[in-house]
Amino acid sequence: MSDTPKELKYALTHEWTLDEGEGVVSVGITDFAQESLGDVVYIELPAVGDKVSAADEAGAIESVKAASDIFAPVSGEVIAINEDLEDSPEIINDSPYGDGWFFKLKMSDPSELKHLLSADEYIESTEEE
Amino acid sequence: MQIPRPYSGHKREQQRMSARTCLYTAHQEMGAKIVEFSGWDMPLHYGSQIKEHHCVRRDCAMFDVSHMTVVDIDGSDARSYLRYLLANDVAKITEPGQGLYSAMLNDQGGAVDDLIVYALPRGFRLVLNCATGDKDLAWMNEYAQGFQVALQERDDLAIIAVQGPQAIARVSSIVGQTTGDKINTLKPFTSIFTPSSQIDRDWQLARTGYTGEDGLEIILPSSDAETFWWQLYEAGVLPAGLAARDTLRLEAGLNLYGHEMDESVSPLRANMAWTIAWKDFERDFVGRSALLAACDEGPQDKLVGLLLTGRGVLRDGQTVYIAGCEQPGVITSGSFSPTLGYSIALARVPVEAGEWAEVMMRKKRETVRLLKPGFIRHGEQVFAAVANE
Repeated sequence: MSDTPKELKYALTHEWTLDEGEGVVSVGITDFAQESLGDVVYIELPAVGDKVSAADEAGAIESVKAASDIFAPVSGEVIAINEDLEDSPEIINDSPYGDGWFFKLKMSDPSELKHLLSADEYIESTEEE
Repeated sequence: MQIPRPYSGHKREQQRMSARTCLYTAHQEMGAKIVEFSGWDMPLHYGSQIKEHHCVRRDCAMFDVSHMTVVDIDGSDARSYLRYLLANDVAKITEPGQGLYSAMLNDQGGAVDDLIVYALPRGFRLVLNCATGDKDLAWMNEYAQGFQVALQERDDLAIIAVQGPQAIARVSSIVGQTTGDKINTLKPFTSIFTPSSQIDRDWQLARTGYTGEDGLEIILPSSDAETFWWQLYEAGVLPAGLAARDTLRLEAGLNLYGHEMDESVSPLRANMAWTIAWKDFERDFVGRSALLAACDEGPQDKLVGLLLTGRGVLRDGQTVYIAGCEQPGVITSGSFSPTLGYSIALARVPVEAGEWAEVMMRKKRETVRLLKPGFIRHGEQVFAAVANE
């Protein structure tokens, strides 16, 4: 059974966001997503300073099995990226909600967070998939 | 991101009913991620396919390959039947236990399947792919007309492959000294039969595999398999799934039926010319005249290995562009090489192709290097780096 922490908000496209306060969120992919991908071998992150809109492509992830785009769950400016993932992408498999975070966004419209899914809603969406 | 298919692992209940090997419960207890594979519920991995891959290269691991099809062939015509049915010549295997890799061809010279045939103390044993099992049996039964042969599918048997540099030592430690001594001196592609506790229920231990490492494939009664699997585990052998099996065979440059060859592809086009036994001109076999005609025509394409040392993973079906060739090539198997740390592939390309090509990746064209298939053997890289790398 995949882990889906209650305190996070989720996009239908399997990214999570953690509200870090002061309009900043960190973003990663869910346990369900990493488990479906299997061993991650490459990661492409946005650059610090990039401006992204909600649902925009904001990177890519590639496992032994498959490749996929990463989408920004909310709009904003990239203020930090997790550089450790470049050399050790397996962190995403080991710790999808902790050390496996992808990037941090300074939100341009914090009200967008309301459109994201709760943990229960996300679990339901993965069951329908 | 998008969830990849078909291995997404949910909606299990609605798929029913896949077959299960006798080790299914053991796989679940060992934490396997189970996927449907050609009608079988099989372990894809037990946590990390990359760790399992390294385990085989550096130590050893065990695979349940009981989904493969085993057919025993007995009868006074068994030998002449197989000499006609298979492109390789079973006349080469004279001692019980000896094995031979062969293709089974159709009249057009395409591969119906690839297999290993062993001489049994009486008759022969074929180990065939699982995906093609039903088709193979129908094919073999059709060609059995006119021969005094009895074909028996051995679905009462399991197959456990133990692969890696420590495989022989680990298996030796649990099968007793007599058997242990025998497997230590077994030559590749030979096997021994040992009586188990039950009369007439023999084990076959073969020094074969599909990983590019030393090891054994052990064909044993299903009723013995689970106990043996746990004995191996207690002896320090970790389980590995189908995902690692695929990256291991790809690194070893070994063909996978349905990828590098199929009914429309002859062994000549899949680097399997060595498995066609021409020497006995008197011997006719299914597909022989088509192969001779193809030899006269000369090759149009070749099966090569590809290296992508940059980022990204080569995937099955991607197009391979060769400078100066109108006809592109295609990747037959592409994945990530855990041993090398970058992507490798097998591809069928025009015969004119040189050392470099370009592959249309997900978003851009990337340069790849062409070389002979076979990247890793016995844990070591087998190709030379290019001078400017």
